[in-house]
Amino acid sequence: MRVCSGFDAALIRPAGHLLPFTREKENTPLFHLNRPLMPSDPVLTLAGISKSFPGVRALSDVGFSLYPGQVTALIGENGAGKSTIVKTLTGIYLPDEGSLTVGQEAKHFSSPRDAWAAGIAAIHQETVMFDELTVAENIFTGHMPGGTLIDWAEARRRTAALLKRIDADFKPETKLKRLSVAQQHMVEIARALSHEAKVIIMDEPTAALSSHEIQELFRIVDQLKAEGHAILFISHKFDEIFRVSDRWVCLRDGEKVGEGLTRDVREPDLVRLMVGRPVDQIFPKRALTIGETVLEVEGLSNATEFEDIGFTLRRREILGFYGLVGAGRSEVMQCLFGMSRPTRGRVTLEGRPFVAKAPADAIAAGIAYVPEDRQHQGAVLPLGIRENTTLASLGAHVRYGFLSRNSERAATRMLGTRLAVKAAHWEQRLGELSGGNQQKVVIAKWLATKPKVVILDEPTKGIDVGSKAAVHDFIGELAEDGLAVILVSSELPEVMGLADRIIVMHEGQMVTAVTRGGPGWSAEAIVAAATGADHQAVAA
Amino acid sequence: MTDLALRPSQPAAAPQPKPRYTVADRAPRRLSDFLLRWETILVILLAAVIIGNTLLSPYFLDLYNLADTTYNFSEKAIIALGMALLILVREIDLSIAAIMALAALAIGSLAAHGVAPPLLILAGLGVGLLCGAVNGLLVTRTGVPSIVITIGTMSLFRGIAQVTLGDQALTTYPDSYLALGQSYFITMPPTPLSFLIFLVLAIVFGVVLHGTAIGRQLFAIGANPVAARFAGIRVDRLRFALFTLSGLLAGLAAVLLTARIGVVRPNIALGWELDVVTMVVLGGVAISGGVGTILGVVLAVFVLGLATFGLSLMNVPGIVINVLLGLLLILSIAAPIVIRRFFGRF
Amino acid sequence: MKRLATYREIILAAIIAVMVIGISIVAPAFGTRDTFVAVLNDTAFLFMMALAQMIVILTRGIDLSVAANLALTGMLTAMVAEHHPDLPIIVFVVLSTVIGLGLGLINGGLVAALQIPPIVVTLGTLAVFRGMIVVIGGGAQVDGANMGANFQLLPKLTVFGLSSIFWIAVLIAVACWLFLTRTRPGRGLYAVGCNPVAARYCGIDLGRQQLIAYAISGAVAGLSGYLWVARYGVAYVEIATGYELTVIAACVIGGVSIGGGVGSVAGTLLGALFIGLIVNALPVMQVSPFWQMAISGAVILLAVIINARAEARPDKLILPRARREAARVGA
Repeated sequence: MRVCSGFDAALIRPAGHLLPFTREKENTPLFHLNRPLMPSDPVLTLAGISKSFPGVRALSDVGFSLYPGQVTALIGENGAGKSTIVKTLTGIYLPDEGSLTVGQEAKHFSSPRDAWAAGIAAIHQETVMFDELTVAENIFTGHMPGGTLIDWAEARRRTAALLKRIDADFKPETKLKRLSVAQQHMVEIARALSHEAKVIIMDEPTAALSSHEIQELFRIVDQLKAEGHAILFISHKFDEIFRVSDRWVCLRDGEKVGEGLTRDVREPDLVRLMVGRPVDQIFPKRALTIGETVLEVEGLSNATEFEDIGFTLRRREILGFYGLVGAGRSEVMQCLFGMSRPTRGRVTLEGRPFVAKAPADAIAAGIAYVPEDRQHQGAVLPLGIRENTTLASLGAHVRYGFLSRNSERAATRMLGTRLAVKAAHWEQRLGELSGGNQQKVVIAKWLATKPKVVILDEPTKGIDVGSKAAVHDFIGELAEDGLAVILVSSELPEVMGLADRIIVMHEGQMVTAVTRGGPGWSAEAIVAAATGADHQAVAA
Repeated sequence: MTDLALRPSQPAAAPQPKPRYTVADRAPRRLSDFLLRWETILVILLAAVIIGNTLLSPYFLDLYNLADTTYNFSEKAIIALGMALLILVREIDLSIAAIMALAALAIGSLAAHGVAPPLLILAGLGVGLLCGAVNGLLVTRTGVPSIVITIGTMSLFRGIAQVTLGDQALTTYPDSYLALGQSYFITMPPTPLSFLIFLVLAIVFGVVLHGTAIGRQLFAIGANPVAARFAGIRVDRLRFALFTLSGLLAGLAAVLLTARIGVVRPNIALGWELDVVTMVVLGGVAISGGVGTILGVVLAVFVLGLATFGLSLMNVPGIVINVLLGLLLILSIAAPIVIRRFFGRF
Repeated sequence: MKRLATYREIILAAIIAVMVIGISIVAPAFGTRDTFVAVLNDTAFLFMMALAQMIVILTRGIDLSVAANLALTGMLTAMVAEHHPDLPIIVFVVLSTVIGLGLGLINGGLVAALQIPPIVVTLGTLAVFRGMIVVIGGGAQVDGANMGANFQLLPKLTVFGLSSIFWIAVLIAVACWLFLTRTRPGRGLYAVGCNPVAARYCGIDLGRQQLIAYAISGAVAGLSGYLWVARYGVAYVEIATGYELTVIAACVIGGVSIGGGVGSVAGTLLGALFIGLIVNALPVMQVSPFWQMAISGAVILLAVIINARAEARPDKLILPRARREAARVGA
């Protein structure tokens, strides 16, 4: 049983000496003690929040406060516990321990309604809305004006007013499915405002937005701030955090490892806090001679998703694909893998033209694709580790027409041990493993196909830090073993740490390609290209 | 997890850094796992049915009575094997009874024109296969849920039978054809052809589903169709094949049923689709996909078949038997959920 | 709130209009007031039952037990009438609705509380309800002569030549429309069908919505049971066998999505009317009534295939619009 607070715990870690901050007790300003940090009393205070799931401690003794008219950035890596905080604040999870105080009152949220009633509303990471229903209905479902009979006139009137307030240019009667992702976010913001929310939580609201739309969102955030709302802003992107936030709170592995004023902190400090060690140390250093060309792609295009994608990939090379979520990277990879057909373009695999009509063709030709969405596309959770590991290479285990369990077991044991999968036994259902171990099994499934080209799409998304390091090491090993690797990732440190070359995509197009140590190999340049800053400059 | 570290580690297959712990090959065998298996519950249910019936009726254990009762469920049971695979991959085929009507119509009309028995059988199978392929095409090409598609084709297929046949009945069949359904194929122990076919098919289906790569792929599709497609499984091709197979089995059932009753009306096998689905669901195949065994389906067929037989020996009307079977279906699905909820997880 | 009819409902209405005109030209006997009255009277049951079924399908469910519920409730009400022929009409109306509601709550309870797939639950209760008719009634049928005059009076009442059953269907349609468009639980049905997770985030309880849906379905089936038996003057085991599939077909033709969350009162009524028209037009056109089933099958398939085309999921549209147009022209 750990008794010290999250922040103190961080201090006693190996990385603790890196932290430039010290602190006496909860809610004491970290910096410039004589400058007022809090303009007024907090609207919302969390104290000692803990939450466990079977096998995972998602939150451990987390506490912080939100203040009116301030944007607090909640930062941390995937799996650090940010989404669990959001779900706790919105009444979806009940914390195991700890207290929530809204204003002066201690609150206990047992349903989303309770959270609304207390004035807390969230814009969730995955849109939780109703495609088939109208904008007005999406905003007011759950708290329609009127009694038993809904007062539609009032709902429409209030919707129009809300939309006007955030300068949205669509009508209350429009069906949600007719709106763009950015417009759907506006609807979510309007929904939060409709609750007369004092606290608005934005869980990675910019993930799928274009740079123009992001500016628009920031304008609304500024406006809400000016109106006195407290905003909890969750993002991975430091430029956004520095643009909008007044304060920050950092989580790592479910514990709070620091908080303070945004104007007093620099990006490298935050990165160190998030990751718990200097970034350079994470990635294996490789000194390899890159081999001959394996895969050549020329002018690959799809009518609506991407166009004119061209690159070559060589043995022992790691090629990074960087871009914002929704830049079309996964679509390109899935096209290569035979999930969709290109409208134009040529693919050459080991000197021969290659057309994948279905994933089975791609697998047979030696291409493996570890999909982005582990839960839905990668893992078959109800099946066991063995069944998952051999699923894409069943042909190798057929003896006299039947599957040989022994052969399957041998392959599972070999790959599972190599990837250090932690499990009770190889027949254990995948759903019972942690996210990181599930991901290792999914990777094992693809290695079992004995591929020449491995495409990893966000391979470390949502897995714990330990598994992440293991996956990183393993990606390095794959290249050493002579495979050609494509690494699609939205985490810049990961791509820059592992890849030999990086292709940056924006809105379905390749914007730039940079080589390790070459011109343009800098975080600033790559991010600028990915957010379309470069691109727009060129276009203008 | 901690006790894993204490076990002796086994030699690794490739030169690796020595693993910190060892993962067992198999799950530890526990009695509770075995006892809570659906098949175990069905075996107990089957034993109860047999013991109950033996006590209540002296005629129950008569070999010829038992042989004759297999007539009443073998045709449905044959279709249930195909339906089990469909439900396993999250699909359903409600048109099987209508396919039977259409296949029986083909058999009956050809027989009326004096066509020889082997061709009659081929015609029945062919019509079934074709109808099944139509279902498969519609489901895989449109992406519409199969329950909707097969409600449509059910009306269409039976409608065609009705249009062709009106209120007529086809009653002329060669004797050698009728013999298929009306005499024992093996005399000792007395075994009707339909039951023998069911047993053989059950073994084939069981071996394919539980022993081959295709079977494994079907489980994967049922558990997660998207991940299955990403794993290189040709999901739509297998779905199409299963609908075609389901149609073929319905055609086979029509051949056997026509030979047994010797008359074809447009309402032949009316309502069988629900009986067949009941067999499969009671057999432990989950409607949500990915879970089920052929053994379970076979056991459910026997539970339902023998319970029906026993009750009819006691002169319980058929429709009342349906009440009991309906209750059995609901209770057998609900009971484990209620038990789990009240007594926590096992 | 919404436009009165969506695009696809207008198309369905147009198809029905063309059909009516076409049939009237081929068979002039069809184009009379009497035929239209007959069509509406005949289709009244389908209107009610399809609306109730739609409410269930909105929640991603299905109720296969409606026809069995109708038959059982009809038989029970008829047996009450046999013993107490002098009861006022309202007693039969209330009694049948309450019995049907009870049967619906059994479905709803099993679906909502235990989360058993609706198709399994209602498949089971379908057999149970139908069989209970024999268990309770002993397999005998109740003839109209024994039911008493009051019992059979209601269907004989007409307003503007249309039977009271039709007007009851109209009342139910208006009630459904108000319920589905104006009330919180009504909109909640769409919400849980459209996105159960989002509905939970909005504080809408899935189980409660399911219970409401099956209760409504049961109550309407029960009321239809009384009206059916009173109209046709006989109650027996096989009443309306297989009718559940016709009801579902009407919904599907009317644009109700089996996937939940999509469906309207107007569309469902048009779907039911479509089937009713075919049933009534065939004899007038001297086509064998045996065609009815094949035609409705073909229509269901056509309707869902056209639907599937129209609702095919659009791509993500990542490329900027101008580039997309260029790509399309280029390709």
